[in-house]
Amino acid sequence: MRWVWLSVVVVSAVLGDLLQSREMKMEGGEGAPGMGRVLKLVATRWNLILSILCMAVSFFAFLALVRTEPLSFAVPASAASFALETVLAKFVLGERLAARRAAGAILVCGGIVLVAR
Amino acid sequence: MLSYGGLAWVSAISTRHKTALQEHGRAVAWRLIVLVTLLKPLSNLFLAWGMQQLPRTLAMNPLLFLRAMVDPLVALGIVMQIVWLLARMSLLSVADLSFVLPVTASGYVLSTLLGKLVLHEQVSASRWLGVVMITLGTAFVASSPRITKQAGGPR
Repeated sequence: MRWVWLSVVVVSAVLGDLLQSREMKMEGGEGAPGMGRVLKLVATRWNLILSILCMAVSFFAFLALVRTEPLSFAVPASAASFALETVLAKFVLGERLAARRAAGAILVCGGIVLVAR
Repeated sequence: MLSYGGLAWVSAISTRHKTALQEHGRAVAWRLIVLVTLLKPLSNLFLAWGMQQLPRTLAMNPLLFLRAMVDPLVALGIVMQIVWLLARMSLLSVADLSFVLPVTASGYVLSTLLGKLVLHEQVSASRWLGVVMITLGTAFVASSPRITKQAGGPR
């Protein structure tokens, strides 16, 4: 059962983050919006509503996972979403993964696995 | 009509204004990064504490999740998760996802240090190696441009 919960955590987190990043990037022209503005956006943008739903699914799946598995398994295993999202940020969101950023992301990903296992 | 000197003066003011706005934007972004980084490990800690005090059948019954939310520790964890979510969304409007993910991962370093210094946990050599890797990786990413894809990207 642990792998089912883990897959749900990872896939829904990746979907939620990609949707959220794409939608919020449209708002960043004049600086970061405050909490009130973000709440208003969440209430009016379908992509943000969908992203919150994805994150809620990921959150409840994570709760189920930590209920039956140790946090030392749940946290590093769910870091798989980190690697997947970084790659998809380049191909889906069109972000530029320069050498420094890519090297940093690989170091952080390896570090998470070592720290949390 | 403005003279050349007048135009140069207006241009200097405009450049100074633009620089001040950029500086302000950078300061706001870094404040959000600190908030997002601190909230995540703390909320996970409260959620894990709260959930471990509930019956083991909970994972199999989604309706009982609602009951779990009444637990004070779980409720506090959820409130922190909501604030974390809003702050992170705001951050994503001024920074790339591939920047936000590694930079805010320094929360893992914080968790390890808290475990060692506050809870007096044993931290293995491989965990310290992980801390060094995350710190180096975060520094690498933090020194790269915060945003490479401006508003108006793929829709």
